[in-house]
Amino acid sequence: MKIQQLSLFLENKPGHLSAICRTLASHQINISTLSLADTQQFGILRMIVREWDKARKVLEEKGFVVNLTEVVATEVEDQPGGMARVLEIIEKSATNIEYMYAFTFRKGNRAILVFRFDNPDAAIKTLTANGINVLDPVELYARETDTRA
Amino acid sequence: MTASAPQPVADNRIWDPIERLSAGERSDLQADRLRRLVERIADRVPFYKSFKLRSDSLRTPDDVRRLPFTTKADLRMQYPLGFLAIPRESVLRYHGSSGTTGKPTFVAYSKRDLEMWADLCARFLVAGGLQPRHTVQIAFGYGLFTGGFGLHYGVERVGAAIIPAASGNTERQILLLQDLQAEVLVSTPSYALHLAEVLEQNGIAPGSLALKFGHFGGEPWTEDMRRRIEASLGILAFNNYGLSEVIGPGVSGECVYRTGMHIQDDHFIVECINPETLEPVPDGTPGELVFTTLTKEAFPLIRYRTRDIAVLDRSPCPCGRTTTRMSRVTGRTDDMLIIRGVNVFPSQIEEALLRVEGTAPHYLIEVDRPGTLDEVTVHVEVRPGDFSDKMREMQLLRERIGHAIHSITGIHMRIDLVAPQTLERFAGKAKRVQDNRRT
Repeated sequence: MKIQQLSLFLENKPGHLSAICRTLASHQINISTLSLADTQQFGILRMIVREWDKARKVLEEKGFVVNLTEVVATEVEDQPGGMARVLEIIEKSATNIEYMYAFTFRKGNRAILVFRFDNPDAAIKTLTANGINVLDPVELYARETDTRA
Repeated sequence: MTASAPQPVADNRIWDPIERLSAGERSDLQADRLRRLVERIADRVPFYKSFKLRSDSLRTPDDVRRLPFTTKADLRMQYPLGFLAIPRESVLRYHGSSGTTGKPTFVAYSKRDLEMWADLCARFLVAGGLQPRHTVQIAFGYGLFTGGFGLHYGVERVGAAIIPAASGNTERQILLLQDLQAEVLVSTPSYALHLAEVLEQNGIAPGSLALKFGHFGGEPWTEDMRRRIEASLGILAFNNYGLSEVIGPGVSGECVYRTGMHIQDDHFIVECINPETLEPVPDGTPGELVFTTLTKEAFPLIRYRTRDIAVLDRSPCPCGRTTTRMSRVTGRTDDMLIIRGVNVFPSQIEEALLRVEGTAPHYLIEVDRPGTLDEVTVHVEVRPGDFSDKMREMQLLRERIGHAIHSITGIHMRIDLVAPQTLERFAGKAKRVQDNRRT
């Protein structure tokens, strides 16, 4: 049920982010979504990539520091209150969210929320028990393909 | 012996019985050689002539303190060969310092100097496990730098086989290690680490090579680097020390008990001084090493100030050698940074980085003075094992490094995490300090 997320150490200097993107592009690897956390000194780039294994390999070959983390992707209605409902469930179960980000695919009216939990398995249990749709990798990337069709 | 007595990591062998002289025999030998040194150079070397040196007041090795110091600046003043003590036609070889801190300085060797030098290298190589049946890959530069040729003739003296790979071209080094199966690697410690990194990147298991141990020198390194070299290459790593002005490699080296580096004090008198007062410091206290070359013919030096900071130890070593031992070089007097009036050595930053679990010793200290106050930034390369996707943990890593540096140096420094392999390395040597205040 968990999704593999790639995290990369990003130096705060011109060209570092584009070097990562160029590496992936040269291997025909598409980024489904990404999120960037930054400070004055450095940043952390987090990416959801279907071919995460290949992406990690080509990035490490280029000398980037890559970390693999399991995240949880849930699907909600892309409308007011969609995200609030999920957050409410998480809050009630006293589960700590390390960080999160959201994205939508081009078609349809669903949004994807990506969560980083310290204990993803417990979080998945809570979410599914409360009727939230937690996507496995096949479901997630199927939605990406659907929008392209 | 107590339970904590040092244990040998390999068979204990001694190349020359002279390494086991009694204290009295050594003292007599040093005093005699010191008098003959002064007689030899007092009128021949212009720099020493000006001091009107006399040998008759030199009764014990400690009387060396009556003699003047020689500094790198003195050598530069006499550039290129003002210190030569034999006729040019008797010189067999020239070497030079790397010149990283200015113009190179040249040194010269007579036939006997070269013989003696090979012998001194043989001593520390044998002390650190080398046997005639071994094959040695020398990944030091062959050139003006004393490392390549010094170790080369030392290995040859022991009777082991040599692969003179020279420095650089890591892919070829690996090919040679794979196909010629050397058991011993000679290089700088940082090059050994680089080699381990490249092996890992190429998916080559160190176990597929024949390497058993390594002799590393040419730059200061740490116990943490030793552990990493030994773990990543699956070898025993031995430290050796030397500098071209004194002779090159062979001044001192570790034995299999690894209790410090045995100084070849039948050929060199060592002193350890406070670099500011120039007074001797007690054994066990860090100070600047000073060497007097007792037997060198072509380029003898009296009380040469090395600018290397280390600690001396005259306690007995289980290996049976009776020589004085020196610690690793923990700093350089000219690396010493004065930050807001406080003396700071790069080795202190290294110590702080080691305290913080999981940080690699690749770092660069950058000093600026934007207004009136010095500001220091320590750039630290992030290793894959230290990297987290959580911002909180990365901030914590920075804070822990900052705290460790502050607790050791008393100075708040800005910590800048940078990507691996982005800090400059010069010919295998890491650059530790960038002081922008003087430029």
